Amino acid sequence: MTQTIEPQVESTSEDEIAHQPLGVYTRPKGGNGWRDWVTTVDHKKIGILYGAAALFFFLIGGIEALLIRLQLATPNGTVLGADMYNQMFTMHGVTMVFLVIMPLAAAFANYLLPLQIGARDVAFPRLNALSFWVFLAGGLFLNTAWIFGDAPDGGWFGYAPNTGIVFSPGNGMDFYAIGLQITGIASLVSAMNLIVTVLNMRAPGMTLFKMPVFTWMILVVQFLLVFAVPVITVALFLLLFDRNFGSNFFNPVLGADPLLWQHLFWIFGHPEVYILILPSFGIISEVIPTFSRKPIFGYPFMVFSGIAIGFMGWGVWAHHMFVSGIGPISVAAFSLSTMFIAVPTGVKILNWMATMWGGKLLFNTPMLFATGVVSMFTVGGLSGVTHAVAPADTQQTDTYYIVAHFHYVIFGGALLGIFAGFYFWWPKVFGHKLGEKLGKLNFWLMLIGFNLTFGPMHILGLQGMSRRIHSYSPGFGFELWNMVETIGSFIIGLGVLLFLINIYASAKKAKGQPPIGPDPWDARSLEWITPNPTPIHNFDEVPNIEELDDFWHRKYGKDENGKIVRIASAEEVCQDGSATDVHLPSPSYWPLVLALGFPFIGYGLIYSLWLCVPGGIMILMSIYAWAFEPPDDPEGNHDDHHEENNDGVTQEVSVD
Amino acid sequence: MTDNEHSVGTGLSNNKLLMWVFLGSECLLFGGLISTYLIYRSRFADGPAPGDIFDIPFTSVSSFVLLMSSLTMVLSLSSLQRGDYRNTRLWLLTTALLGALFIGGQVYEFTTFLREGLGYSTSPFSSAFFTLTGFHGVHVSIGIVMLMSLYVSSMRGNLKRESSETLEIVGLYWHFVDVVWIFIFTVIYLVPSPTS
Repeated sequence: MTQTIEPQVESTSEDEIAHQPLGVYTRPKGGNGWRDWVTTVDHKKIGILYGAAALFFFLIGGIEALLIRLQLATPNGTVLGADMYNQMFTMHGVTMVFLVIMPLAAAFANYLLPLQIGARDVAFPRLNALSFWVFLAGGLFLNTAWIFGDAPDGGWFGYAPNTGIVFSPGNGMDFYAIGLQITGIASLVSAMNLIVTVLNMRAPGMTLFKMPVFTWMILVVQFLLVFAVPVITVALFLLLFDRNFGSNFFNPVLGADPLLWQHLFWIFGHPEVYILILPSFGIISEVIPTFSRKPIFGYPFMVFSGIAIGFMGWGVWAHHMFVSGIGPISVAAFSLSTMFIAVPTGVKILNWMATMWGGKLLFNTPMLFATGVVSMFTVGGLSGVTHAVAPADTQQTDTYYIVAHFHYVIFGGALLGIFAGFYFWWPKVFGHKLGEKLGKLNFWLMLIGFNLTFGPMHILGLQGMSRRIHSYSPGFGFELWNMVETIGSFIIGLGVLLFLINIYASAKKAKGQPPIGPDPWDARSLEWITPNPTPIHNFDEVPNIEELDDFWHRKYGKDENGKIVRIASAEEVCQDGSATDVHLPSPSYWPLVLALGFPFIGYGLIYSLWLCVPGGIMILMSIYAWAFEPPDDPEGNHDDHHEENNDGVTQEVSVD
Repeated sequence: MTDNEHSVGTGLSNNKLLMWVFLGSECLLFGGLISTYLIYRSRFADGPAPGDIFDIPFTSVSSFVLLMSSLTMVLSLSSLQRGDYRNTRLWLLTTALLGALFIGGQVYEFTTFLREGLGYSTSPFSSAFFTLTGFHGVHVSIGIVMLMSLYVSSMRGNLKRESSETLEIVGLYWHFVDVVWIFIFTVIYLVPSPTS
């Protein structure tokens, strides 16, 4: 059962203080409009905010990608200069990794994870809001580097000493170091919050091995974040101190080790790869069984292979450094561990195929994207195994072969999976489906464009075309494939445009219509037991969980011959969202105010330390105001009755 | 709730579990800094070497002070759990003072090193030393601020016996910072350092 904490009951004196929160202004009461969105602590709204912000950054990162491809379409391109090109590919990478894939995964995690485990909200609703606002502040801070004319140009990996003050004298890498530090805080806070949520807030009967695979993969990712983020935090601090306070962590003149950054970065960076891909694995593990009309094949294997990937992901980082001179023993060891990590990944691929095998396959748009992940990720996984062979990797390092590989896993694996999630859960979130016709066109354009863009990079890379170089000379045989890639990238752009049109068109079509009925996909996991779109209180009553895929088992049973038959309609099984007396956490200004302090400190470190003062005051003030503000406002416009679920146990969202 | 056969939580409160997860994350933060120091301890360029400059008896005393603050922290919690608010505050204040004494020792040590020619920019060793011990010092300082906040809260009658878990959670943080110091003290001072 979930934790029952009733801190509000005994601390009456604390409540009295909260009536005048530091005398600044009164507490937000919720309601509608923008004020509701900026003060919300509802995990569903925060999920939508994450998704919207990440899609915004996705468009920025996409435009950067198209500019890169325009520059490389022909030899000796003149669209971008060398300097601008460096900024462009750096910001493309940083944006897509930290401001698109990670927050999109956070969007799904925030919205779905409490619903999948049968909770009213996450464990710490205000911390959840804080994560989002800090992420947004960090992302915007990073992108303002464009406005100040000096975007980061040292690659998303930011290798010091190259990014030190000697070789990167501009402010760009400061924006990088501080911006990633801020988004790192967001990831860390969110990860801790979701771990506590999963471990403590599950519905009665939902043991760990009755959780959906998506929830499992998100849990593994949060553990990876909790342990990986502090490592890049250290690296970024050291870089920042080197650049601004004269320390010598990356100064080889005084004997510093030029490999220190690479080790710290990749000890974070390789788990980060799994942080990017595992949410997508989770999404398609929900989509494929639903559209195959079969339970997931080998559920324990799916879970344990995800956990195994999480553990082994820590032991392979140096395969990013095979040519940096780490010595033959290290190379051999990391070669082997890299080959081993292909095993649990292969288990997952085989299990998805076995799930589809013999199923009644329905190729709706979510399923198309999910099968896209299985096939495209396999291509990326196979080229990954070729990197594990150190002699081959030596040949491939710094060529377009590498670029091909990581786009097959991150675009073909992570992003396509996220699109599967969009199409699958859109009715859950917004109460109407995205258009199937446009959706299928969206899928095929993205798939074809993707393969045209990144497929030929394998060839170009093996032919020796170097990555991170702003142009190439004619006569090396690079012309044809580069032109094909550029055309392919614009086909992807068209696919994304169709997606946006689809959002608009389907919303317009659904306007004035009643929301879609319960359970539109005949799905399996618990989030579908709530109405679509999800009501503010999630569950009318928290269900008792008896089986894996409990929701499906409420709809289907076996007849006397052991044949699976429908035993209840969706209307009978699903809740109608009519409960009114549910106790919910109150909205708060402080997460937003606290988050806004960080960019001040960031600009202060770059331009004038005086700016840190207002930033620091905002943060300190917010922390104290937050601490004295009870999570539930006694004067809030909700009923103050503690909701009793069917076990007679108080379900409560706790203090944060 | 405990008699619910379907019980699936960890049995820890959300707040306490959050602190444990956070401390797990902190291990990697200090792990990264300690590793960096270990790589750089013999790279002192033309500056002072660690073996020449460390004053082990002095640091041992300040380490002892910090360790004792863990004891007073426990005494404070146990007073609160017994409902003895006066002793709660007494031990809270003692803990904060011991922490401040440790920070004072660190400030003294830093200024001594500076006078002896070990600046932040002197060498990779000096940068790593000041960064690692500085990060620890900042953690202790944040702990002191939390202790004093609880002290004020108790003065105003808001730190009740029933909410002793708040104090316990701050205590978890405090003990963690102490344990980290045991590692740092061992790695930096007790393991024989290179001399010039």
